[in-house]
Amino acid sequence: MKKFILSLLIVLVPLSAFALPVKEYTLENGLKVLILEDHKSPTATFQVWYRVGSMDETTGKTGLSHLLEHMMFKGTQLHGPKTFSRTIQKAGGVDNAFTTREYTAYFELLASDRIGLPIGLEADRMQNLVLTPESVLPERDVVMEERRMRYEDDPQNLVYEEVVAAAFKNHPYRWPVIGWMSDLKELNPGDLASYYRKFYAPNNAVIVVVGDVTPEDIVAKIRKEFGKVPRGQEIKEAPAVEDEQYGEKKVYVRKEAELPYILSVYKVPDIMAEDGFALEVLSSILSEGRSSRLYNSLVYEKQVALSAWAGYDGMHLDPFLFYTGATAARGKDIADVEKALLEEIGKIQKAPPSEREVLKAKNQIEASFVMEQDSNYMRARTIGTFEMVGGWRLIDKYLDGIRKVTAADVRRVAEKYLVKGRRTTGILVPLAREKHG
Amino acid sequence: MRMPRVSRALVGLLLVLFLTGPVYAGKIAEREVLDNGLVLLHAEKGTLPIVQVVVVINAGSIMDPPGKAGLSNLTADLLNEGTEKRSAKDISDAIEFVGGSLSVSGGDDFITLKLSVLKKDVDLGLDLLSDIILHPAFRDEEIQRRKAIILSAILQEKEDPGAVASKAFSKAVFDDHPYGWPAEGTEESIQGITRGDIVDFHKSHYFPNNAIMAVVGDLSGDEVHALIDRYFKGWKKGEAARGRPAGYRQEHGALVIKVDKDITQANIILGHRGVARDNPDYYALSVMNYILGGGGFASRLMDNIRDNKGLSYDVHSSLSAHRYAGSFEVVLQTKNRSANTAIAEILREMERMRKDPVGDKELADAKAYMTGSFPLRLDSNSKLAAFLAAVEYYGLGQDYVEKYGRLITAVTKEDILKVARKYLDTKDFVLVVVGNIKETALEY
Repeated sequence: MKKFILSLLIVLVPLSAFALPVKEYTLENGLKVLILEDHKSPTATFQVWYRVGSMDETTGKTGLSHLLEHMMFKGTQLHGPKTFSRTIQKAGGVDNAFTTREYTAYFELLASDRIGLPIGLEADRMQNLVLTPESVLPERDVVMEERRMRYEDDPQNLVYEEVVAAAFKNHPYRWPVIGWMSDLKELNPGDLASYYRKFYAPNNAVIVVVGDVTPEDIVAKIRKEFGKVPRGQEIKEAPAVEDEQYGEKKVYVRKEAELPYILSVYKVPDIMAEDGFALEVLSSILSEGRSSRLYNSLVYEKQVALSAWAGYDGMHLDPFLFYTGATAARGKDIADVEKALLEEIGKIQKAPPSEREVLKAKNQIEASFVMEQDSNYMRARTIGTFEMVGGWRLIDKYLDGIRKVTAADVRRVAEKYLVKGRRTTGILVPLAREKHG
Repeated sequence: MRMPRVSRALVGLLLVLFLTGPVYAGKIAEREVLDNGLVLLHAEKGTLPIVQVVVVINAGSIMDPPGKAGLSNLTADLLNEGTEKRSAKDISDAIEFVGGSLSVSGGDDFITLKLSVLKKDVDLGLDLLSDIILHPAFRDEEIQRRKAIILSAILQEKEDPGAVASKAFSKAVFDDHPYGWPAEGTEESIQGITRGDIVDFHKSHYFPNNAIMAVVGDLSGDEVHALIDRYFKGWKKGEAARGRPAGYRQEHGALVIKVDKDITQANIILGHRGVARDNPDYYALSVMNYILGGGGFASRLMDNIRDNKGLSYDVHSSLSAHRYAGSFEVVLQTKNRSANTAIAEILREMERMRKDPVGDKELADAKAYMTGSFPLRLDSNSKLAAFLAAVEYYGLGQDYVEKYGRLITAVTKEDILKVARKYLDTKDFVLVVVGNIKETALEY
């Protein structure tokens, strides 16, 4: 058997209060391992992140990544169906997974003396999944039920789906992670098998471990189990660049609902771009807490909205979106809500925020990083997410970037990006219920 | 914000199995009763420069008077909307400026205040916490604002078929008791609540001897005492009203409630009365519930209805054990036309639990999870603070963590059969279906 050499690439010296002492290793088959030791509680999380998500799918086959995530729990040649989660739970642990546009992640949380348990199981399901009609078809039904619950029967989520689909015309970001219902009905075991073979390989995955562990021990176990998994084909990323938008877009969703709702999204750069930091601060000033501008204006002062919010969604490989949204208060006209939202954006485009507002936003972002360290799971999730969209070391760069943002930057990015030509607006038009049983 | 993530299961097991955990060596917190009657729990955790404080006050919606459903919730909701010396904006701006958070939430048994701050800001945090508990202003203007928000929220909730089903279920199971009233109130009850009601409610329930405070984080015992002295000295003892035992629905047989909505799935809840938290059968019932539908992918309902039949994404059962009463329910969503099949399967699994003893392996696996997952339940400061407060509230005892392990380990197959026969009922139940009723062609 071939021997695999572990290379310890770097051990970070803490640079700031937040620099994470993550240890990074790469196995010869290309599997990257990131370990953060933290002994504050006798628990740990083991996570496997694959660089595959809905943006890797094609027209007619949307939802493949997420259906495959479900299939990862349905058994391998070695371990029969229904064993994965049961094995973890029997050890007092919990497990789950999630799929996004760019990546799919699997995680287990356990008492640290049992953290070796998922390693062999994860290595096994990286290669040996059973994908037969008997295993796939009932799970495809489950995903269709999931889609009904999350989207078809949730009017605000339907607006989100419609707005994103309208905002992007050629980038694969335009379809939902869960996939379109018409595609789900047609996905078959063959589609899953070739997708699995292409993307589930050590050189397309990253392991993240956080908690009460000794890195050398964990790495030895990982090497033993994952070292024998052969490297997969190199995946060539076909660049997808969204074409220019020529003006504001507007979509309407007419559904049985009680309150009108508006969601406006703006195309913005991702977090790797310099302006990402200022957009993050802008989002905080507009939306973080009850002292934020949108809550104050729309909910508290004008009382036109039940809730109002903004959010910068920049943790993506390609430029994504800045959201603003509000649910109308009882009896209020959605046109007035829209006007009030636009007024707040107009204000911050005209005059920079106060120094205190900028400082508050920075304090909120920094404090949330400290608070997050209370949870192994959240820390691992942050490391994994940064790793997927550009490298875990960007965590430090991110905080430095936030610290450098000025009030003038915030005004400038609001003026540059929150403009009509980048906007897509969705409106939920509630339909009255016809009858009650 | 909408997260564009889709995951495999809805609710983590940690949430479902509230308050379960086994052997844990050593004391997990210092406990003392202060002169004013406040129970103080303190755990020093020095690894991060943060402090979490949880205060629970025995003033949940069980204390709502008839016709005033929503009073407890509205009172709690108004705490951070202004005090004698601070406006609503002063409060939110002060805590948010330092990146901390101070929140209040209602509940059926108790209300909960949560403070989370960096250690350097702990003085500010406790100053605000004490101010909103001791000196809320309940200004008319703020009352009108929060009422309007609650009325809008009640309306919006009707868009959520799961919430509609859940409300209808509680109302039917608890016979005209506050456990069956919506905690946020109804359109009518909210409009009838006056400022006087709110002030009285606060005056008659918000006493230190009716409250528990858990402090977890980077503070020594001396530091905690100094802070309590400084900020909670003025909190005076008083005589608090007591809750009343709950009544359950009186009639027998199945009660079927149908709510028609133009949606693709039938949102189903099937269940009935349960037990109060201090019922000794609670532990055997917890193990039974894990095997039936509480144990995620290890449970029978998930195995049958989701894994084998592909009928539902989320199917689970749960026990809600409140202070004075409780309920048992099975929840699932399935496309309208599968509703009859799904309901039949729920009843079949409940009946099977009543008829046959559970398997040795099932029982061993359930116990292994329930006792072995304990470290995860306390792996963060915020979880620990909430856990300490709840253990104290329900009087589970300082040795609860150790006792729990013993109680779960002692549960036998016979115990499970006994509680299943005693509490699970496949004839006398409440069935709620929210969906396109015509498409379901409901046979119940």
